[in-house]
Formats: sequence, structure tokens, C-alpha cells
Amino acid sequence: MADQLLDIRNLKIEATLRPPGEKPHDVTIVEDINLSLPRGRVLGLIGESGAGKSTIGLSPAGYGRGGVRITGGEINVNGRNILELGASSMRALRGKEVCYVAQSAAAAFNPAHRIMDQVIEATLWHGLASRKQAEKRAVELFRKLGLPDPEHFGERYPHQVSGGQLQRAMTAMALCSEPDLIIFDEPTTALDVTTQMDVLAAIKEAIRDTGVSALYITHDLAVVAQVADEIMVLRHGKMVEHGETRQIIENPQQEYTQRLVSVRSIDHTAKSPGEPILTVNGITARYGKAGIGKPVLDDVSVAITPGQTLAVVGESGSGKSTLARVITGLLPPEKGNIQFDGRTLKAALKQRKKEDLRQLQMIYQMADVAMNPRHTVGTIIGRPLEFYFGLRGRKQRARVIELLEQIELGPEFHERYPAELSGGQKQRICIARALAADPKLIICDEVTSALDPLVADGILKLLLRLQEEHRVAYLFITHDLATVKAIADSIAVMYQGQVVRYGTRDEVLAPPFDDYTDLLLSSVPQMRVGWLEEAFSQRRMEAQGN
Amino acid sequence: MNSLIARLIAQRLALGISLLFAVSMLIFAGTQILPGDVAQSILGQGATPEALANIRRELGLDQPAWQRYLSWLGGILQGDLGTALSNNRDIAESLGRRVNNTLFLAFWTAVVAVPLAILLGLVAVRYQNRWPDRLISGSTLTAISLPEFFIGYLLIYFFAVQLNWFPSVASVHDRMNLGERLHAIALPAATLTLVILAHMMRMTRAAILNVMQSAYIETAELKGLRSLLIIWRHAFPNAVSPVVNVVMINLAFLVVGVVVVEVIFVYPGMGQYLIDHVSKRDIPVVQAVCLIFAAVYIGLNMIADLVSILSNPRLRHPK
Repeated sequence: MADQLLDIRNLKIEATLRPPGEKPHDVTIVEDINLSLPRGRVLGLIGESGAGKSTIGLSPAGYGRGGVRITGGEINVNGRNILELGASSMRALRGKEVCYVAQSAAAAFNPAHRIMDQVIEATLWHGLASRKQAEKRAVELFRKLGLPDPEHFGERYPHQVSGGQLQRAMTAMALCSEPDLIIFDEPTTALDVTTQMDVLAAIKEAIRDTGVSALYITHDLAVVAQVADEIMVLRHGKMVEHGETRQIIENPQQEYTQRLVSVRSIDHTAKSPGEPILTVNGITARYGKAGIGKPVLDDVSVAITPGQTLAVVGESGSGKSTLARVITGLLPPEKGNIQFDGRTLKAALKQRKKEDLRQLQMIYQMADVAMNPRHTVGTIIGRPLEFYFGLRGRKQRARVIELLEQIELGPEFHERYPAELSGGQKQRICIARALAADPKLIICDEVTSALDPLVADGILKLLLRLQEEHRVAYLFITHDLATVKAIADSIAVMYQGQVVRYGTRDEVLAPPFDDYTDLLLSSVPQMRVGWLEEAFSQRRMEAQGN
Repeated sequence: MNSLIARLIAQRLALGISLLFAVSMLIFAGTQILPGDVAQSILGQGATPEALANIRRELGLDQPAWQRYLSWLGGILQGDLGTALSNNRDIAESLGRRVNNTLFLAFWTAVVAVPLAILLGLVAVRYQNRWPDRLISGSTLTAISLPEFFIGYLLIYFFAVQLNWFPSVASVHDRMNLGERLHAIALPAATLTLVILAHMMRMTRAAILNVMQSAYIETAELKGLRSLLIIWRHAFPNAVSPVVNVVMINLAFLVVGVVVVEVIFVYPGMGQYLIDHVSKRDIPVVQAVCLIFAAVYIGLNMIADLVSILSNPRLRHPK
């Protein structure tokens, strides 16, 4: 058994649910999980949200989030069952034998302390090294993980460095106490695609160099294929399939795994542009005072044809969401104007007519926070019906149910509250709400980013169908190139506030590429083993060639 | 120290000073519209109109209000609070000792109450919804629910009358040394502590609990740190701002709101002095004391603002 670092047997995890107005009851989150991990191996845990992957991933640290309890089975770490440990032995395990790298390092670092103090905290607490030794080790790790100015990186506060750098610092934090096992919980999900590639490579190298074992949790099969030796596919808290990475990717046995591998199967023929419904002319915009600093949008011009989709692609900070704010009137631009349906839109929201507001709707990334949790679905969708068309009472209800049908939900949803809906259903309600105004253009701001791939696929298909039926145009803001390929008719690539590439989908996605689009396209992980190495050696060759 | 912080601090200071000026105007205006006539109250009902006119001229009451305001303000800026009408003594002089007494009581109460409240808050978070938390919440809430005169008399009954540990009358004078003074103010300080404890403790608890939801608390737990260390090192620094605000409001209360306690323990502080002179319609004294109270409030809240600014690493260490 000594060669098995981690050995989990018949794991069962339960949680107590406390729905308001009902009796608390226990639900089983994870059941019948068996896995063992030899030293130096990396196991990928993959599944959609609610599959129990994070819950299983955190179990070797004896940790359960929000009322989650391990109620059965055993978890052997270094040959002893940690479920039998007392509180202080458990603390001795955490941060020393088992370390954790969180999804959002930006939230997982304490804003009040310097990075160095946090990186070496566990090492010092467990008495594994003196402060001086620990700091030296941390600096070495910073260097190994490719952080800038490793000697002084730790002196900074978390808000002073970028998200990708923090994610590497978090990996350094986990490695610093030289643990036997590291749990990576979606460590690259919150990052931009180009940053993700670098961080992924840094993590992979660090794992290889230190010989640490790792559980790598993610919903992205293409990502886990790059780092894991073996993969376990999970669904509803149970194991679906477990095998070597190559076998899972190239020859999946179970139907569910096959669906995960072949996700993004949407077939969409791009239409050619016509007379535009919306034209954005030379928009320059910035936050704060005019003329100070760099503008967030710099001379941006795009156009959208009725019944078609313009995808605006870019990484965080590229200005794509600001473009949406300018079009909706939330941020009046400094220069330029917006033509909509043959008229010039007023710059500021307050000056716009009700009709302008009606014809231009918006759907947001976070469906949860875009709905009032105390309103029923009927009220949420009924509100625009009443506001724009004066529909009330029975007529309103009939129309809401009609809209629910269009988003493939039954009339029983009319009385439900947002808290009773899944992520995908919430986003559908938001779509119905936008549709209720009978708009000519809907701005979709990262509407599928917070969703699982299969659910996101369903939403995209729905959006395409609604576009066919209602001839509504979409301005589709996203950082995800796969989504863009799936639904766009035209594409605008944005980088640091400027449109660097713009045209029909087939033009934009065909070579020759400009440097940025090339970087963007080549950074999207591909679902095959060895892609990461190939992509990097390709880049190195290109750099030498230049 | 960077320019951003320097600018914010300068802003707060300027704001505080202009606020103080506005308050001085309000105090002056407020005392002007109070019913009653100082001249009349000095000379009594039987005064002749000539005598009244004379004394008004003598006190400068015949000048227009804005002129009197300016000369009053000018005096204050030079440290001259004016002369009490009732006994013709210099206000600054007779107020000085009482201000010292009030600040002495407030200071030592704060020294006990603030750390105690924060400590109880931390412990309440550590044992959230378990018996230590309930005990702390329950007892501090009971203390705040009881009127302060009741607590005061209760303490006098037990600790002064029954046990005879502390004096029931908290008189202090110049010849006492520090130990004697502390012994004298023990009961009023304890009363005030019980009054302000719950507010600060509950704010500490709520602010820290709010922070305890953060992802970085989970990170700290997964490092194997002890609960109290997590609360102290990782949660508290991020909860300072709301706590400091409540602490400062309570400190201000210790200076300006202790009239009842001063009366119970016959403590020669500012509150009693103010009440005495309100009943005598001694407007200059009322104005002076109100202005000092306002300055304390504004000053302490300004300190709370400054601490909030300085406790924010984003402002302290900009990108």
C-alpha cells in the first residue's frame, strides 16, 4: 500500500439541504467512488457542475464545503485513513501533505497580506523550514513558474499582480511546503485563453520537476488531456468512466464520455452580410474624465445585419463589454455615433425613447444575479410585457407561457423562483425576458461562459433557432473561440480597445492571420494528448524563424 | 505613504474642518432661537427696562447676530471660549478640568471595552451558533437592553454597598494619584463598558462572519491553520473598516453621552456641567460645550475614516 499515495474506497459524501420552508434533509452527493493514485501521477477528475468533482477532490484534505460530510468509505493518504484523524492531526495533514490550488486565485489570496507571507505561511506553520529557507524556496518556485522579477515578486500585494500571475503564485504556495499531493481545482478556468496556456504549461512542468502527485479537477476535457496521466469522468456524484488519458480522449467507452468529447457539434452556415440594423461608427470611450489615460475603446466601428450574429471576441480588458455598455447607452462615448434601424441613437440611456429601449435588449453572463430572486419567473418575464406592451392579467400570463414554450420550458415554470432553477434554465429565462420585448437586436454578454459545455450547447442551439424564427440580430460577446465558430456570421476580434480583425466568419477564421488572432486561435486547447507541447514548440520555431 | 493617500487624508481633514464650521453656525443659530432672555434671567423679573438694556449692551447682546457669531468664532480660534454669564468666570478655565475628567473616564473605559469587545467578537465567530457565542450575544444584549442608571445602581449595590470594594461616589481631585483615580472611576467605567460592549461586539462578529465566507478563508483552512489564528490573521484585517466605525461612534458616546452615568456617580465631568448651565440659560457655556462635543464627534469619525483608508491595501499600495 505504501506505493499508493492516495487510496479512496467506497467514498460516500452527503450534505444537509435546508430549503426555506421545508424540513432539512440529507442528500447523497457522491457515492461509490474508488480510486488510487501512485506517487508522481496526475489524475484528472472531469464532469459538469454538480458532478461532485470538487467534493471528491477536496476529500483527501478532509474538507467539505458548506455542510458537506464524508459519511462512508475510507480515504487513505500515505497509508493511513484520514477519516479517523482528530482535528489537530487533520490540521497537520492540510498544507503539509495535501495542498490545494483554487479556481480563482484572485479570491483565494487574502488582500490584506503580501504574497510572500501567504505563500510561505503553511510551510512556517507546520515548522517545515525557517522563514529564510522558506522564502528562498518560494523565490525559486516563482522563478520556475515563470513569474516576473522572482526576487521581489513576493513583496507585492495580490491586487498588484495579474490573474495569471496569481494563479502561478497559488501553485507556488501549494508547492512550497513540498506536499505529497496537490489538488488543482479548475486552476485555469478563470483565465484568458492565452494566459491559460502559459499557466497550464507552468503547472505541468512544476508537477514533473517536483514529482508531486496531483488531482486535477476541471470541466474542460481538452485542458485535462494536457496534464493528466489518467482521467476519471464523473456525473451526478458517480463514476462514469476511468482510464488512461489517451483512451478516454481517443476511445471513450461510455455514451456520456463520448458526448463530452464531441461537444460543440453545432453546424451553422454563416450568412453573408446585408443592409445593417446597427452600425457603430468610430466609437472612442473611456471611464473617468475625458482625455485622461488610454481609452477603453479606440475608434471602434462594426455593423450588424438583421437576423445575423456578430461575435465580438477578445480577452479580458479588450473592451468588448464596454462596447456593449456604449451601445446600450450606459456609457456615453467620447467620439463616434451609433445608427440603429435607420436613426441615430442618443448617446445617453436617459435620453433614449422607450421604443429604442425595447428594440435593444440584453442578456448577461450571470443569469443568477440578473434576476430578482424574490420574483417568480412569471413576474420576471411578465415585466417587459407590461412595461412595453401594457399586457396584464390573463393576457400577460398566456404570453409568458408562450414564451416559456419557445425556450423549451413548460408552463409549470411560471410560478417558480430563480433559486429553483438550474444554471441553464436561468439563462433560458433571461433569454425569454429579452425576447418578451420583441427586440430587433439582443446583446449577449458571455451568456454561455458560466455554463457547462453540454448546457451551453443547448443554449446556443436555442439562440440560433430563435434567430431563425424571429429574425433577431445578436451582438455576441465572448472570449470563447469555439462558441464563435459555432454561431457567428461575422466576427470582430478586439485587442486592447481596438478592432484588430473584422469580417465575415470565414474570412476572419482563414489565414493569413495577424499576430494576435493567430495567438488567440493557437491558444485554444485541442482535445488531444500532446497538444500543449506541440503548440509551444510551434511557437518557439516561429519565434526563431522571425 | 503615497500621494493618493495623502490626497484622501487631506480631503478628509478639509471636510472635517468645514463640517466643524458648519456645526458652529448651527450651534450659534440654535442657541439664538432658544426661548428666554439672558439679561432677564440674570436680573430677575423685577428688572427695569433701562437695567436690561444696560446689561444687554454690556454683554454685546444688542449687536446683530452675525457680528456676535464672528466675534465668538474669533475668540474660539484664539482659544477663548468666552465668559460664563452666570458667574462671570472664564469658561475655558472652568471647563478645562472637567474636560480632563471626562476624557480620563472615556479613555480608561475604551482601554477596557474596545479590546474586550473585539476579543468577544472573535470568540463568538470561532464558536458561531454554539454556546459560547450564544452566551456572549445573550449577556451583552442584556447589558445593552438595561438602562444605564439601572446598571449603575446595580453595580453600586453589589460592589460599593455589599462588598465595599469600590466607592459609590466617583469623586476625583487633583491630589489623587493614578491608582486612586482608577479605583474611584472603576464603577462608572464598568457601567459604561457594559453599555457600549454589545454594539461593538456584534459589529465585530457580523463583519468578521461576512469575511469568513471568502475564498481566502478556505485557503487558510486548507493550510491547516488554527481557527482563531485564521480569524485573527485572515479575517479581522479585512473587517477593520466597519468595526472601526462602530468603535469610534461608541468612543464619541463615551465623551458626549455620559450625563446619566456622571450624575449617578457624581462624577465631575462635562455632561453635568452642561446640564447645570442649560438650566441657568448660560448660553456661552452651552455653546462652548456643544462645540467641544461636535469636535469630538467629527474628530473621531474622521479618525475612523482615516483608519478605513489606511487599512485598505489597495489604497496603501496602488498598482
